[in-house]
Amino acid sequence: MSKMIKVGMADLNICHAPDAITTLGLGSCVGVALYDKTTKLAGLVHVMLPDSTQVRQNQNRAKFADTGIDYLIEMMVAKGAGRSRLTAKIAGGAQMFAFNGNSDMLRVGERNVESVKRKLNQLRIPILAADTGLNFGRTVEFYPETGDFVIKAVGKPVKTI
Amino acid sequence: MQKNDESMSDFEFDVLTEIGNIGAGNATTALSQLINAKIDMYVPQVQMLSFSELAEIIGGAETLVAGILLNLTGDITGSMLFILESRDARRMVHQLMGYVKDGEELFSDLEVSALQEIGNIISGAYLSAISTLTKLTISVSIPSLAFDMAGAILSVPAIEFGKLGDKALLIESKFKDMDVDISGYFILIPTMESYGRILESLGLR
Repeated sequence: MSKMIKVGMADLNICHAPDAITTLGLGSCVGVALYDKTTKLAGLVHVMLPDSTQVRQNQNRAKFADTGIDYLIEMMVAKGAGRSRLTAKIAGGAQMFAFNGNSDMLRVGERNVESVKRKLNQLRIPILAADTGLNFGRTVEFYPETGDFVIKAVGKPVKTI
Repeated sequence: MQKNDESMSDFEFDVLTEIGNIGAGNATTALSQLINAKIDMYVPQVQMLSFSELAEIIGGAETLVAGILLNLTGDITGSMLFILESRDARRMVHQLMGYVKDGEELFSDLEVSALQEIGNIISGAYLSAISTLTKLTISVSIPSLAFDMAGAILSVPAIEFGKLGDKALLIESKFKDMDVDISGYFILIPTMESYGRILESLGLR
């Protein structure tokens, strides 16, 4: 029997095929799924904020794009994933409310996505697919058996990237 | 903001809780006048919640909700979010418009406007109570409405609270409209400077 492992906001976890891993209702947060195809090991982190160095309360490493991705890689490598084999798929980073102006608070989704992409580039982890931005929430599921990243949104057809 | 944060004592937390209560009380009165029905209010529940608990309280991260966000400027800056479960939002719109419709279809433009106005009036009443109490001016932007999963809507305040700690302050205001319970949730998201200013204005700092 395969299980669906849940990851909460500002949290992370890993899973082996045939299990799958999910995070529900991503808004401006970004879901980063890392995957080692050879060992069929996947990890998912639900990133809330772009940069741990901009915030004093930064003990929770899973909360930030920079430290969250590092933390997830450590967990996966400890379970046998090959660091050089990792690939990424990302989703989220929406702007949930429309306002005129361009305040920092409203652009946080976009900044989360930029920061995740920058971090993955630095680590030379290829981003195979992304479904980010716009103005709606997303539930994501990653299946390490196939490498599929399934995205569900209210009133929209299910999408696999 | 965290309850255990050195910068905020238990006493100060209690004061902010009480301010939330007063705001919610005023908002319920305004709502009652708006839909022209007697509304009974339960004692509001004020809680500091971790991010994972936040969505659970509103029925899970995938529960469909209406969220109305207002930006605050003036002496208190930040934002304010009012959340209604989609079923309750529908019920209130119907009451305001004076008809009943079944089904789960999307809101019409007119209904969206009505919902925005409900959010505007409720939040305005909430903030005006705080403004009167603290003698601070608060100006409010035009409301912005989103209809989506609770987790996605709540990511907006959670991110703001996330800059300060790992918890968010949620005020649940439950009211009874005829025989039906409706739950509304207020999340006040002041900037850290504004928290200080609120406490100062009350002579507590």
